[in-house]
Amino acid sequence: MKTITTSAENAYKKRKKSAWKELKNQKYLYYMSIPFVLWVFVFQYLPLWGWTMAFQKYKPGVGFFEQKWVGFDHFRTLFGDEHFYQVLRNTLAMSFMGLIAGFIVPVVFALLLNEVRVQAMKRFVQTVSYLPHFVSWVVAAGIVTKMLSTDGGVVNDILLGLNLIDQPIQFMAQGHLFWGIVTSADIWKETGWNAIIYLAAISGIGPELYEAARVDGASRLRQIWHITLPGIRPTMIVLLIMSIGHLLGTGFEKQFLLGNHLVIDYSEVLDLYALNYGLAMGRYSFGTAINIFNSVISLMLLFAANGIFKRFTNESIM
Amino acid sequence: MGVVKSNAPAGRVKQTLQAKAPQDRILEVIVYFSMTVVTVLTIYPFLNVLAISLNDSVDTVRGGITVWPRQFTLDNYSLIFTYGSLITGFKISFLRTVIGTIAGLISGSMLAYTLARSDFQARRFISIFLAVTMYVTGGLIPGFILMRDLHLIDTFAVYILPGLVSAFNVFVIRSFIDGLPYALQESAKLDGANDFTIYWRVILPLCKPALATVALFLAVGQWNSWFDTYLFNGSNESLTTLQYELMKILQSTTTSASNSQDAANMAERMSQISPESVKMAITIVVTVPILIVYPFLQKYFVKGMTLGAVKS
Repeated sequence: MKTITTSAENAYKKRKKSAWKELKNQKYLYYMSIPFVLWVFVFQYLPLWGWTMAFQKYKPGVGFFEQKWVGFDHFRTLFGDEHFYQVLRNTLAMSFMGLIAGFIVPVVFALLLNEVRVQAMKRFVQTVSYLPHFVSWVVAAGIVTKMLSTDGGVVNDILLGLNLIDQPIQFMAQGHLFWGIVTSADIWKETGWNAIIYLAAISGIGPELYEAARVDGASRLRQIWHITLPGIRPTMIVLLIMSIGHLLGTGFEKQFLLGNHLVIDYSEVLDLYALNYGLAMGRYSFGTAINIFNSVISLMLLFAANGIFKRFTNESIM
Repeated sequence: MGVVKSNAPAGRVKQTLQAKAPQDRILEVIVYFSMTVVTVLTIYPFLNVLAISLNDSVDTVRGGITVWPRQFTLDNYSLIFTYGSLITGFKISFLRTVIGTIAGLISGSMLAYTLARSDFQARRFISIFLAVTMYVTGGLIPGFILMRDLHLIDTFAVYILPGLVSAFNVFVIRSFIDGLPYALQESAKLDGANDFTIYWRVILPLCKPALATVALFLAVGQWNSWFDTYLFNGSNESLTTLQYELMKILQSTTTSASNSQDAANMAERMSQISPESVKMAITIVVTVPILIVYPFLQKYFVKGMTLGAVKS
């Protein structure tokens, strides 16, 4: 009995000593990582501490403990504001449209591009398809506005030329068109980029599967349906869950840059609402409450999506 | 060159040519037609912008420019170099791109190296600590308040510091280091090298493909961002950026066009609005640097994207 305790104690001492020794051995690894951990703490975690503002009547320049606590008052104001529901509707509508289009279009694009047998064309199309991803939203929004404009915009020119309309459509001035324009702009900008991962996944599918299918006389369409699509299924699911997690974090750049006051009833999203009704008016606490609402919904959607997929497909990212 | 290779062995092409099922032929038509449409949809707007930027600005008002200038001129380009704020913007954008990229590369790769060391005690903790930031962010206003409390508003540093360590970039580099043979580090260790020397002398030179990817992400992000200028340095003319200036110039139309009934302000607005051709010339100047760079880095970022997605 006694011997066992001593040997256990010894082992404990030894481990403690070796842990200490290990720490010393790894001192360079600590030097190389701790500054950045502190950095992440300051720039990424401290803003989370700022969430306390939403429960205070925050006044700038006053110490944390002198702030007046108001509980959920700001959230009550938020949920009582009719405008908020319009903004929420816009955010959800554009997020879901972006999610669905952003999920389907790159997959279709990758499948079609993979069927191009002329290698030079394939390479060219792929390189071109990345191009819009690298331009800023400022430029992309400028281009979209230009293409849709009533004087000399190519879309109106084509529609007029085909006699489909007799008056140019004022695309940027009609609220009910705004969601579609934002979604299309997003597809135009990001499809090629988002297809990269699918194309990589497709290239990972073993050629012997196609070989066997061909021997069995399967057409190329059937090969796509029975080999390529199932082959990229895990990738599709992971990317779908990830984009659900980022659903409400899709930003406001597009809406900020493409919107104008004629379409504001359709273009204003949660972040812009926080910007215009929180920050710009100095209502920091109220704005923070909007940000928190946004983050909490995002996390809930992420966990829900992950849970659903885990249950039905045994695939998960967490 | 970076393009994902087709699975089809060479024989397949021949075979399909010999005996094509009718539906395969339809598929072929759909494939080539849709890819042509995609290419035209992507390239046309850029060619259109380029053509307008090279066209006489008065003539442009007549409309009808497609991909070729009607009255060729370089005046629009020489005109924009007289805009003082654009020159400042160019300088600041260039500086933030260079400094932001280098600082981001060094910090990202250093952190990634420590996380790639399987024997590092704090590895798991730091990985999770970092991964959380990919999904939870404080949001706009807490971020703004933090910058204000750190006295970063109206400084150049606000362009560099907040984005210094990005979890995604760190994970891309780490996945790459994971793929390197560990024996290299061990032999360096036996030669008496410390961990920093191993990182600097052994790992970093081998990481070039991953670093190229991350450098591209960082540089594009820096060059393209405008919102931080708007939010933090909007009133400071000496810290303006090219994208922000372009944004102001492009947005001036939307507001004035929608206000066009407002006759009193019309004249004043007209003087602020730059001609269409000049706007397009600025758009080209803002876009071209990145368009020149990205095709050369294609093989790297295709790999980097794939690595990053698999790991994160």
